[in-house]
Order: sequence, then structure tokens, then C-alpha cells
Amino acid sequence: MSAPLLSARGLGVDIGGRCFARALDLTIECGQRLAILGRNGAGKSTLLSTLAGLREPSAGSIELGGTPYAVLKPRAAALRRAWLGQALTDPFGSTVLETTLTGRHPHLGRWDWESTRDAELARSALAAVGLAGFEQRQIHTLSGGERQRLAIATLLAQAAPLYLLDEPLAHLDLNHQMAVLELFSGAARDCGAGVVMVLHDPALAHRFCDQALLIDGEGHCEIGAVDAILTAEKLSALYGYPLREFTHQAQRCFVPG
Amino acid sequence: MPTRRRAVLILTALGLLALASFWAALAVGSIPVAASDIVAALLGQAAPGADIVRELRLPRALAGFACGGLLALAGALMQVLLRNPLADPYILGISGGAGVGALFAIMIGLPAFGIDGLAFAGALGAMLLVFGLAHGDGSWTQTRLLLTGVIVAAGCGALIALMLAITPDDRLRGMLFWLMGDLSQAGSVWPPLLALAVALTLAMPFARELNLLARGLMQAQALGVAVDRLRYAIYLLASLATAASVTTAGAIGFIGLVVPHLVRLAAGNDQRLLLPASALAGGALLMLADTLARSIIAPQQLPVGVLTALIGVPVFLILLSRQAR
Repeated sequence: MSAPLLSARGLGVDIGGRCFARALDLTIECGQRLAILGRNGAGKSTLLSTLAGLREPSAGSIELGGTPYAVLKPRAAALRRAWLGQALTDPFGSTVLETTLTGRHPHLGRWDWESTRDAELARSALAAVGLAGFEQRQIHTLSGGERQRLAIATLLAQAAPLYLLDEPLAHLDLNHQMAVLELFSGAARDCGAGVVMVLHDPALAHRFCDQALLIDGEGHCEIGAVDAILTAEKLSALYGYPLREFTHQAQRCFVPG
Repeated sequence: MPTRRRAVLILTALGLLALASFWAALAVGSIPVAASDIVAALLGQAAPGADIVRELRLPRALAGFACGGLLALAGALMQVLLRNPLADPYILGISGGAGVGALFAIMIGLPAFGIDGLAFAGALGAMLLVFGLAHGDGSWTQTRLLLTGVIVAAGCGALIALMLAITPDDRLRGMLFWLMGDLSQAGSVWPPLLALAVALTLAMPFARELNLLARGLMQAQALGVAVDRLRYAIYLLASLATAASVTTAGAIGFIGLVVPHLVRLAAGNDQRLLLPASALAGGALLMLADTLARSIIAPQQLPVGVLTALIGVPVFLILLSRQAR
């Protein structure tokens, strides 16, 4: 059996003297989808960027496909995982197509220019997020939601088997939220991709993920199957607000109240 | 979509532009030289005006090309490094440090090579000071680097003002010309030409990674760029390119700020094209500006920095108002 896409052992995450996670173990196999939920400032993004190898963990080890980050060169890591960050600012102009093509960087040699095949991949990634026809637009003319979909298209062009998504639904309207979630769960189902995403809606997390991780900001993390973790009781404690749970056709909904 | 073919076409056009301004720099001046005599002079044959072309105009044109190219290249690199379109080669205090060195050398009456030597030492000193202070706790964010550089530049500015205030009048003119940027003081043309060739050769392999760096540090790292190493390298490269230019011709303004923006407007922001195109366009523009500087009110010569600023300020204001849309 091949190594899991991502595995963390005894992971500790600290920032500015605050501990967000200690002795955390998690594994993402092909096709698995993990949702990370927690309050604002609970360390979700910090944990995710640590899992992406963009910051050093304070303890423990993280392996991508069986190889620790310390051994992987940045480019080799970029072929194994793609990371979606929050809120990009672009001081310089660029077209939508050029921006999407930056996702092809790890696949190109030092002196290579993007080939027509790279351009085809970029165009189909744009089409997958509903941005077909936007190729020549300047990025600063896009709306917030279009920018977010462009960032997702860039991620798709990177074509890595593991997606680490920090609030992939930010700025998106309802139909694009569903389209993006279906896109990534389709990638997990059909292509065996692994997905880790920070979400704010427990109902969507229950519907589109098979594992959930609750992070409380005090260093306690709870991880398990969504059915066991995403309950009204645990979520009420997590968010510090009473939630009621309803079930409709095997889908859970959580209503404040 | 960026293609190699388009890049080659644009660079060829800019190369021709640079050749045209090179030719103008050799032909135009208080003593016009005929085309056939320029060719003869370049081939080392005797001709009317051959000495003027070989001894005066050729070194000055080459120094102008090298300095313009270095400044525009350094400006483009600084803008990516700081992710700030308003950055220029002098923003981190390199020219301030060089100015302190050069003015001190002029004040105590050192010969030309002493001025160059102290200017280069001052530039290196400012570079190391900014790097050391900005890097202090290992964070070295863009804002911290920018603020440190601006403060060091302000400190150098104060020292420069102090030296201007206490220097006897007969040496002030040399100081002012140095501060405004002036190619007539250029010594040997080989150091800046060599520096330009080396800087461009070292920067080009990282051009696509710089495209990603412009998007953001973490984005670049996630896409496979060794961000920290790249930023150290770019900081060093841009600083040394600036130091080489400032040592040769003083603090010529606005080339490093405006040329990368002009190229961006015309050809986009792909660093694989932007870096060499900026070097060519900067070289061409500075040769042209210098030709104007020594022929507008000939036989009197203006410091070229005055002309680049006179051209650069309105161009930059127009760019800025367009950006505000």
C-alpha cells in the first residue's frame, strides 16, 4: 500500500506564544476529505499552513506522500500539495490567464515557457470554476468572488493530488459555494484527491467531508468521522452558542437558537 | 498568453531603439559628426571628429547605457522584492550611503578613484546596515525592510545636507553634480557594463519565480519557490546593481522608477520579459537623456539627472493617476 497523501504525527502548532494544537495526529488518504472548524482566531489557518509546509511546526513531523517536508524541495512539495490562502492582494496587473498559468510553475523547468498544453490546462481550470471567457481580463477588474474562483482555478492548474483549502467559500455566492464543494468532492471521488478545508458551515462540512477536526484555540483538537464529531452538543461548545440539529434526508442542518 | 516569440520580438525592437540612441549619442553634440566619420572612428581609423567620438562620446554613451540598464533592472527587482510599485533602486538607502561616501571624498579633496571607492563603500555600508536592521529578528517582512530602508535613506540625507552646509563653495558644484547624477564624471566604462551583464545573467534564471513572488510570499512558496533564498539573492543583486550605477554616475533619478512601469504598460508584467526589456529601455533612455543634457544648451552641460527627473516626474504622475481608476 502506498503512503498516505498527508500524515502528521505528534504535531504541535504555536504562534506568538499561543498553542493551537499539541500532539495532533492526522492522516489523509486518497479520496479523503477533512473539514477544519473553529472560531475566528482559533488557529485554523495557522494549522493549515503548517500542514502545507509553509511554517515550521513547534513539534512533531509532517510527511507528504511518505516524505518529510524537511527532505522535500519546495518544487517537489508543490507537485504533491496545493494550498489556497486567504485574501490575495496584487500590487501589479496581470491577466486572468497569466495568473492561472502560475499554477503550472512546479511542472516547468527553469528555462521553460508555458506550452500550449499548459494553456489548455489553465483554460479548462478556468472553465471548471465558471470563468471561461475571462482569460484576457485584468485581475483587478474582477469581483471578490471572481478573484476567489480564479485562485481556485490556479490551484486546479497546479494539479497536485492534495488540496489544502483555507476558506475556499470566502466571497462566493450560494451556487458557486456548492459548485466549488462539488468540484473538490468530485476530485476526491473520481481522481482520488485528498482535500483538507477550513469551513464555517458545519452542515456543508457534514455533507461534503468524511472527517472533521474541531479546533478550540486553547490547544485542544478533536478529530473523527463527521457523524461522530459534528453534533449539536460539540458544535455548541465549539462556537459558544447554542445550536439545534435537524436531519433531512440524511443531511444534518444546524440552526442557531 | 506569454510566449517566448513575443518576448524576442519586443526585445529586438528595444534593442534597435537602444542602437538608435547609441548612434544619436555618438553623432549629436556641440560638434556634429558625420555618419561615415562615426563608422571610421568606431573602426579605429582617422577621420574628422574621430577623437571626439572615441575619447568623449563613446565612453559616455556606454556608461549611460550601462547605468540606465542597471538602474531600470534594479528598480524592477526592488518593485517585486517589496511588492510595491512605488519602489525604486534608491528606496532602501543605497544612493544615500553612496552619496555620503562620495561627498565626504569630495569634501576632503580625494581624486576621482577615491570618490568612486568611497561611494561604493558607502553603498555597501547602507546595504548591510538596512539588511542587518531589517533582518534583526529573522522576520524581514516587506514593510519592515521598506521602513528600515526609508529611515536609513533619511539619515544619509541628513549627513549629506550637513556636508553640503560645511563644505567650502569651490567644492559645492562637484557635490551637487554628483547628487543630481552626471555621466561626465564616469571613469572606466567596463565596471558598469560588466555589472549589467552579470546582474542580468544572474536574475534571468529566476524570472518566473519572481512572477510568483509578486503574487505573495506564501503563494510563491506554496507553488515551489524557495522564497527566503530568492529574496536574499534579489536584495543583494538589486543593491549591487544600484551601487555599481551610483558609483559610476551619481544618483541619477527616476530611470529606476519609471522605466519598469513604462515597460509594464507596453508589454505586461512577466518578469522574463520585464527584466531584460527594462535593462534595454533604461539604457536607451539614459543615453538619449544624456545626449540632450549635453546638447540642449551646448557648450554648457546639464547633469543628466535633471533631465531624467524632468521627463520622469510628469510621466510618473500620469501613470499614477491612471492607476487610481
